[in-house]
Amino acid sequence: MPFIELKPTEEDHRIARYAAAAIVLSLAEAAIPSPLPGVKPGLANIITLVVLARHGFASAAWVTLLRVVAGSLLLGQFLGPGFFLSLSGALASLSILALAMHLPPRWFGPVGLSLLASFAHICGQLILARLWLVPHDGLYYLVPFFSVAALVFGLANGLAAAKLLENAAAKSLRMGEGSAASASS
Amino acid sequence: MIRLLRPGDWLLLVLATAACAASLPLALNGGIAERAVIKRDGEIVAQFPLDKARKFAVTGALGSTVIEVKPGAARILSDPGPRQYCVRQGWLTEVNAIAICAPSHVSLALVGRSQGYDSLNY
Repeated sequence: MPFIELKPTEEDHRIARYAAAAIVLSLAEAAIPSPLPGVKPGLANIITLVVLARHGFASAAWVTLLRVVAGSLLLGQFLGPGFFLSLSGALASLSILALAMHLPPRWFGPVGLSLLASFAHICGQLILARLWLVPHDGLYYLVPFFSVAALVFGLANGLAAAKLLENAAAKSLRMGEGSAASASS
Repeated sequence: MIRLLRPGDWLLLVLATAACAASLPLALNGGIAERAVIKRDGEIVAQFPLDKARKFAVTGALGSTVIEVKPGAARILSDPGPRQYCVRQGWLTEVNAIAICAPSHVSLALVGRSQGYDSLNY
């Protein structure tokens, strides 16, 4: 009987470690009560930003999509509305990051990328929600609340990612602890 | 903290704040019509959310008045009244808009989350 051996590369290990840290953050924040369904800090996006800056877009996309799928499996939302909302937000923010990462780094840092990504995230979610879940304009009543959340959490996550990236001592193995500590400070 | 922000980040932060400020009116006005309320002799006969197309017939004083609803709008499709004012009003789209078929004692009003007026007199 042929024996198939999968040889994970160094990059696979790295992506798995980052994805694990991102999944822990999504699970942790799922326990935080939210005044409005769908408004969450999105702490896992700190990981996406750090991976994007250090290892490029492909790794960041892997980490983000693994986090969305595995996080929803663990929370029991896989293929439910929450999963699709989170996926549409993740795809929208990854798309804008794919473009925005080419902005001159002298002028645009993690905070700017984080703000762009958080606004893209709510846009992606609102488009899906408008088309599928709440097919009438009453949804737009929620836009100001979502955009204020995107502003606040986009800024906070961007600052956390910038701080982490600046901190050269933060080794990739300790990413989980590092990002959680700095995000809560 | 401040030094983590680069010039372009500040620009994006200002733009994001402006976007939030610009979206605030969406939460403040009750401006979106959400339901069609159909009344006969002042009593509510039926209410429909303005989410999908449907037709509803109500028997008024003169006969059958047909109301048509589509996403975001509603109208009186037909009414047996002599002057057809309510039919000719066409599609109602604004919150608190009302079409009254007086001879039939039937009215169609769009309501949102908040009432734009305390009371209306005719």
